[in-house]
Amino acid sequence: MSEPAPLLRTRALGVGLAGRSFCRDLELTVRGGDRVAILGRNGAGKSTLLSVLAGLRQPQAGEVLVDGARYEQLGARASARLRGWLPQDRSETFSSTVLETALVGRHPHLARWDWESERDVRLARQALAAVGLTELERRDVQTLSGGERQRLSIATLLAQAPRLYLLDEPLAHLDLNHQMATLELLVALARERQVACVMVLHEPGLALRFCTHALLLFDDGRVEQGTCDEAISSDSLSRLYGYPLREVTDQGLRWFMPA
Amino acid sequence: MPTRRRALLILAALLGLAQASIVLALMVGSLSLAPGEVLAALWGNDYGVAGEVVRSLRLPRALTGFACGGLLALAGALLQVLLRNPLADPYVLGISGGAGIGALLAIVLGWGAGGVNGLAFVGALGAMLLVFGLAHGEGGWTQSRLLLTGVIVAAGCGAVVTLMLAIAPDDRLRGMLFWLMGDLSQSGEPQLVMVLLVVVLLVALPFARELNLLARGADLAQALGVEVRPLRRGVYLLASLATAAAVTHAGAIGFVGLIVPHLVRLATGNDQRLLLPASALAGGSLLVVADTLARTIVAPQQLPVGVLTALIGVPVFLFLLSRAAPARR
Repeated sequence: MSEPAPLLRTRALGVGLAGRSFCRDLELTVRGGDRVAILGRNGAGKSTLLSVLAGLRQPQAGEVLVDGARYEQLGARASARLRGWLPQDRSETFSSTVLETALVGRHPHLARWDWESERDVRLARQALAAVGLTELERRDVQTLSGGERQRLSIATLLAQAPRLYLLDEPLAHLDLNHQMATLELLVALARERQVACVMVLHEPGLALRFCTHALLLFDDGRVEQGTCDEAISSDSLSRLYGYPLREVTDQGLRWFMPA
Repeated sequence: MPTRRRALLILAALLGLAQASIVLALMVGSLSLAPGEVLAALWGNDYGVAGEVVRSLRLPRALTGFACGGLLALAGALLQVLLRNPLADPYVLGISGGAGIGALLAIVLGWGAGGVNGLAFVGALGAMLLVFGLAHGEGGWTQSRLLLTGVIVAAGCGAVVTLMLAIAPDDRLRGMLFWLMGDLSQSGEPQLVMVLLVVVLLVALPFARELNLLARGADLAQALGVEVRPLRRGVYLLASLATAAAVTHAGAIGFVGLIVPHLVRLATGNDQRLLLPASALAGGSLLVVADTLARTIVAPQQLPVGVLTALIGVPVFLFLLSRAAPARR
């Protein structure tokens, strides 16, 4: 019996932008339950890589397979039921309520003439509750703070209920308690529903604590990847960020501080 | 987000408003008619002057006005989503400019209404293809590139129009100015625009929920299951055709395409499934009422309808804006 196809697999993937190459021949395999942290400096190509993985941008070489199929084979709608993507920044041109925005996540589950059902509304409300936005359900999104908007984006993604979460800086704008709550939520999803997460993070200590794997994207296009324990060390991080880092251990938790 | 039931109720109310506006347009004028007389004339029981006036003068004009207003409001709503810009209107991408060059040229050459309409349509189509070709370039188009290309082409067309006005013989100037401000007095047969209004609406409606997502950003829409590239092209083509048809029949009537979608949005929210049909009905009604006023206020002289749409729309819009502001906080 063959093993089920991994949720995400890249073959000889080359990613670049405007004449620059961020990585070449990337072989990445992500299975249900995995949490992969992408670490790297500003401009190293983390967001570009993530949007290629999400099928929003064409790779320079190689291919991306989601559940064993390319995005073009799946089509936009079926793709959207498999993978969700959290944008790095999000601006709303027109006003709409918080609940309406979370309901947008149900789009790929609705047929062309369907109107959102009570079940869809219930799922959207559950998603809002999971990120602590229940009280703000009727607020206009244009009046939300940056952190609230970020949590709303996460709620939209939860309502979409994909199996593969691709998150571009999920902790951006969040205060400390919501950073931890968000990561705990993602870990719980991975454990209970076997979803996979690939996320861009800036804090190696949080990557160690909440992720299973790490992918280090160097400025010169080199990539180091492996389990968090393999890939994350004060040595590799110092080379990655170009700044010496020192490891600190407290009650079994490893953190890295600028030396 | 409105429920389906609420959306249907709002549309039914707007449909009533639309019918009322058309009946009003049929009643008012140098020959005043009672509602009963209008109905009799419509059913063809009246072969007198009243029947003739209603059937061959007022009804075609009212229906053309309704269709043009609906098309302009629809085009405005679609372009505001496509460009993700609340300031977008049907003319922002230069279509009215192109139509203007064609129409004014035909007027200068002394062509009749058919020639003016025909050349205006050719001009609108030319501007549309020009903007599409230039904005497309390599690597697909972005909203800002499309918008900039459109604005520049519109500015170029505007310069040509001004040039034509400057060198045109005096006796043609009035006709040219009226065309530029929007004018329904030479509008011709309503069938084509009415059919087009229905077709544009029927083509756009199945994609309304996808347009909701497009309004929130192209990448987000793609990630949520919208085939963004074909959708954008389709919306551009549809909005352009709607604008071209309206401008060809009624001149560059301002304001309807910009303000009506916002009016509807303020009153009912930004769900395109309701916004698109509601904009079409409201835009049509506004233009019919405005045109009725335009031909009666200082009768027998007729005012350009574009002036009236603005004079009605501005206070209504400001009222809704001030009323809606506290609720959105």
